[in-house]
Amino acid sequence: MKIVVLWTDWVVLLVLLGTLAYGWKVMRQPHLAVTWRKAFNTATGTSAATVLAVFLVIGLLDSLHYRPAIAGKADAYATETRSVLDDILHQQQTGRERSYSAPLAYQGYEKEATVIDGQATRAYLRLQHGGAHLDQPEQQWAADVLLRTLAGVGLGLLVAAAATALAVLLLARKRRQGLGVAWRSLRRGQVGFPLRAVLLTLTVLAVLAGVMAMLATAYHVLGTDRVGNDLLYVVLKSIRTALVIGTMSTLVTMPIAVGLGICAGYLRGWVDEAIQYVYTVINSIPYVLLIAAVVLILMVFIDNHPDLFPTSAERTDARLFFLCIILGMTSWTELCRLIRGEVIKLREAEYIQAAQAFGVGTWRILLVHLLPNVMHLILISMVINFSGLVLAEAVLSYVGIGVDPSMQSFGTLINTARLELSREPTIWWTLATAFTFMFSLVLSANLFSDAIRDAFDPRATHK
Amino acid sequence: MLQLDQLRTEIHSSQGIVVAVDGVSLAIQPGETFALVGESGSGKSVTALSISRLLPDNACIAAGDVRLDDASLADLPESEMRAYRGGRIAMIFQEPATSLNAVMSVGRQLVEAITTHTELRGAAARAKAVDWLKRVGIAEPERRIDSYPFQLSGGQKQRVMIAMALATEPALLIADEPTTALDVTVQKQILDLLLDLQRERGMAMLLITHDLGVVSQVADRVGIMYAGELVELGSKAAFFSKPLHPYATRLLGALPDVDKRGHLLEAIAGSVPPLYQAFDGCRFAPRCYSATARCRGEIPPMYEMGGGHGVRCFAYAPEAAVPLVLPPLRDIGAGRVARQLGDKALLAVENLRVRFPIRSGLLQRVSGHVDAVHEVSFSLRPGETLALVGESGSGKTTTGKAILQLLRGTAVVDGQAMLGDIDLMRAGKAELMRARRQMQIIFQDPFGSLNPRMRVGEILAEGIQSLRPELDLAERRRRVDDLLEQVSLPQSALTRFPHEFSGGQRQRIAIARALAVEPSLIVCDEPTSALDVSVQAQILNLLKELQQQLGVAYLFITHNIGVVEYLADRIAVMQAGRIVETGESASLLTAPQHAYTRTLLAAVPRVVVGEADAEVLLPA
Ligand SMILES: Nc1ncnc2c1ncn2[C@@H]1O[C@H](COP(=O)(O)OP(=O)(O)OP(=O)(O)O)[C@@H](O)[C@H]1O
Ligand code: SF4
Ligand SMILES: [Mg+2]
Repeated sequence: MKIVVLWTDWVVLLVLLGTLAYGWKVMRQPHLAVTWRKAFNTATGTSAATVLAVFLVIGLLDSLHYRPAIAGKADAYATETRSVLDDILHQQQTGRERSYSAPLAYQGYEKEATVIDGQATRAYLRLQHGGAHLDQPEQQWAADVLLRTLAGVGLGLLVAAAATALAVLLLARKRRQGLGVAWRSLRRGQVGFPLRAVLLTLTVLAVLAGVMAMLATAYHVLGTDRVGNDLLYVVLKSIRTALVIGTMSTLVTMPIAVGLGICAGYLRGWVDEAIQYVYTVINSIPYVLLIAAVVLILMVFIDNHPDLFPTSAERTDARLFFLCIILGMTSWTELCRLIRGEVIKLREAEYIQAAQAFGVGTWRILLVHLLPNVMHLILISMVINFSGLVLAEAVLSYVGIGVDPSMQSFGTLINTARLELSREPTIWWTLATAFTFMFSLVLSANLFSDAIRDAFDPRATHK
Repeated sequence: MLQLDQLRTEIHSSQGIVVAVDGVSLAIQPGETFALVGESGSGKSVTALSISRLLPDNACIAAGDVRLDDASLADLPESEMRAYRGGRIAMIFQEPATSLNAVMSVGRQLVEAITTHTELRGAAARAKAVDWLKRVGIAEPERRIDSYPFQLSGGQKQRVMIAMALATEPALLIADEPTTALDVTVQKQILDLLLDLQRERGMAMLLITHDLGVVSQVADRVGIMYAGELVELGSKAAFFSKPLHPYATRLLGALPDVDKRGHLLEAIAGSVPPLYQAFDGCRFAPRCYSATARCRGEIPPMYEMGGGHGVRCFAYAPEAAVPLVLPPLRDIGAGRVARQLGDKALLAVENLRVRFPIRSGLLQRVSGHVDAVHEVSFSLRPGETLALVGESGSGKTTTGKAILQLLRGTAVVDGQAMLGDIDLMRAGKAELMRARRQMQIIFQDPFGSLNPRMRVGEILAEGIQSLRPELDLAERRRRVDDLLEQVSLPQSALTRFPHEFSGGQRQRIAIARALAVEPSLIVCDEPTSALDVSVQAQILNLLKELQQQLGVAYLFITHNIGVVEYLADRIAVMQAGRIVETGESASLLTAPQHAYTRTLLAAVPRVVVGEADAEVLLPA
């Protein structure tokens, strides 16, 4: 086995480390800790964060890549790059059908040509994997699905109960109370943190996951696509793409927006005029055109340099990487303008003037006095931007200039769904799946960003 | 007419239930002005909001009653209450800018108020509106009626607010700090106006203020609030001739004035207790010199002292009275260095002129300049305090900043300023750094002048680091420790953030920061105007002691004449960017030469203490 770290994996790892470092800093700074606690103090905020965390874990599992060794040979590895998520979903990845099948189906969606009793006819054929264990599907199917669903619900509840028990235990330990007292205060929501909401969200998620898991061992829970791929697998793989696009483009945006915004606001004069000029110009170029141009150049570049990108995974990854960069480069103007305005206000603040009276250097004023005081703006816009970028990817892939067509993403899913909706009989499940997952991701990101905004925006507290 | 009966208002906040008003009983007769006085957070505004039932959503009247004539307002349904509000009760708030609708002309807002509350309509209502604007002293009312709020000055806006409040012909006017945001001269006009109108229509007025000078000028009766309770209640004459409650006497002692120059002010140590706790003794006990075990264990009732004068203090109990202990008179300790005024000027400013560029058009080209300061000249000797007095907008702060070279790049500064042998206006980078070691600044707003994201230790060390790079870490740390001691803050402050301190403590931190580089000149830009009287006294004492010990000179920018009298050696009066009069403090205050100085001094509300007409100047 050879561990592969793709470019975007590096980014994911760095973001993770950065987040942990930031968390550590927050714990040590009381005012930050207080504000963050406020962000996590609303039931909606924490529930959204819980859902988001589940998405993150899936994305993370999908970012641990490796190339399996070829059996029997030392130092030879398969060309296929796999992720840990692929291993978990091995059955879904390999259990491919011939073509479309509806969710939980045991036979194909369309009649296929076959030979029955020596006669060529068209019939609904049994699927190779979905429901293959049933002898008499007509009679057994409903009972089997019901049974598995119930088992899944049971499993989910079990997991949720375990989580709740753990929470009660920790709570009792922390407050030095009896278990009963801790449980009652948890149930009444009197623990000073919306633990109840988190546990409820976890329960719902656990039940859903349990049901999916139980059904997935024998069926294609969300159906299959045109070439018979399990849609559950595809959509779970799409999560990483969305997360990478959301975070990485934001990472590209931040330094540009913050650096230019602070410089423009504090230095004023020609620096300000130049920066304003640049973002006005960028703002007036339709970004789809810009991205289309860059993506085309990039594709040519990748095709001409096969030596730089030996595996197809690296090729698609490089395309994703550059797509993020170009998305980031085109979306910094809004935040830049915001920060410039805030800094223009802040530079008149008395503590800045006091620093000037001490002859403190410009760089130090920018970094020590201004940057920490616009941090809340950066944070708020970072989370708001995130969902916007996820949506932008969908749009770009839809018009064909997004990620590589072979890469699973919400955009490519929606793009295929467009064609499928217009055929007869309609394939509705691709769109439904893509929509549901993307909707939950974007919605939870938005709800969480609302909570953060309320906690960090001083003006919001006056409401 | 208005009667509060054991009013108790609770606010549900994140810390718990704040009892902002607890057991307040008072009565106001028609034609009477009742002044409610107290420090910030004592519950004055919440009392006012409870009467008009404009409390925020998380607050409610928990007990007691508010009666206007025969109606009980506390349990009136909201729809009927609305008719009272604006009909029989009108309110004026502190911040005129936020109480007017910014996108409606003042005329329309005024006409709206008139049509909802009187029979007048159309042209008649408009004529009435013009009439009201004229009555509240707005020049050219016919033209001004179509102005929008942003086109009016602060004083004009407050006048419009008053016109709107009075246009409804209320029986009771509640004015919550109506003049706090305004200059003394404007304050005087507004107060006179309110009194005139009140006399004319026999209206009752509840005036909320923290300024005892204003009370002394306009009130008929006075209530002193402390930590949500009324602690003293009486007629103005009775109160000022013999304030009873220890808090009231010490508040008066905390006021800076000319008689107290020789010694320190009566600062009330400590602060108002938080109101989310239950009290089982006198709320003032932790800060009271007379406090005994009884005071701490028993809640004092309101004792009636005759003539409607009540006081909530065991010193006035009919039996087992607590003996009153007088606070010690504190002299300014002999400093390490005797205060000496050198002959040679430390700072000499000549023909200082500051112009701010006006930018306009698409490309923000400079299209002209506004002159903020014209040809200002003055000089300051080592160890001396020069007070720069004047109204807001007269260019005081701009002068200070120009001297400190904080306007380089934002404004055009001409003239000359010599700090010792350094020519400030033409100083290069290295020279300027040398100058910065000698001059520092303390700002007005203790909440805006400290970076909220830095620890106090870092804030104090920053200046040393920048201006005394030769000092190593240990030396720097030792200096920071000394600084904290100089401004009497505990060592534990170093690792905390500014927001964990009260306003007074923050101002101490700001002073320590300025002292960090051992300057010989500190520009104090209204350092006490955002603080309560008792905290102001602490800060003024500190500044005075530091001057005694370290021999720093102060350029003290203020509009508060009381502070000037207490602190200043010399005074320069500024009006519209010019210094109109300069002189020794004693002579300038007793015999002002310039007409503007006379107007300014006459507008300062004075507290008249005792029967002997000793006049005491008050912070405006
Ligand atoms: N919306 C609110 N939420 C929580 N606490 C509040 C709220 N409004 C007022 N308080 C608290 O109620 C108490 C009294 O406040 P109030 O505004 O009446 O004081 P005040 O005497 O008017 O002070 P100031 O002179 O600063 O105007 C204070 O302890 C304050 O912190
Ligand atoms: S009751 Fe006691 S503590 Fe309270 S003010 Fe009177 S003497 Fe002081
Ligand atoms: Mg108030």
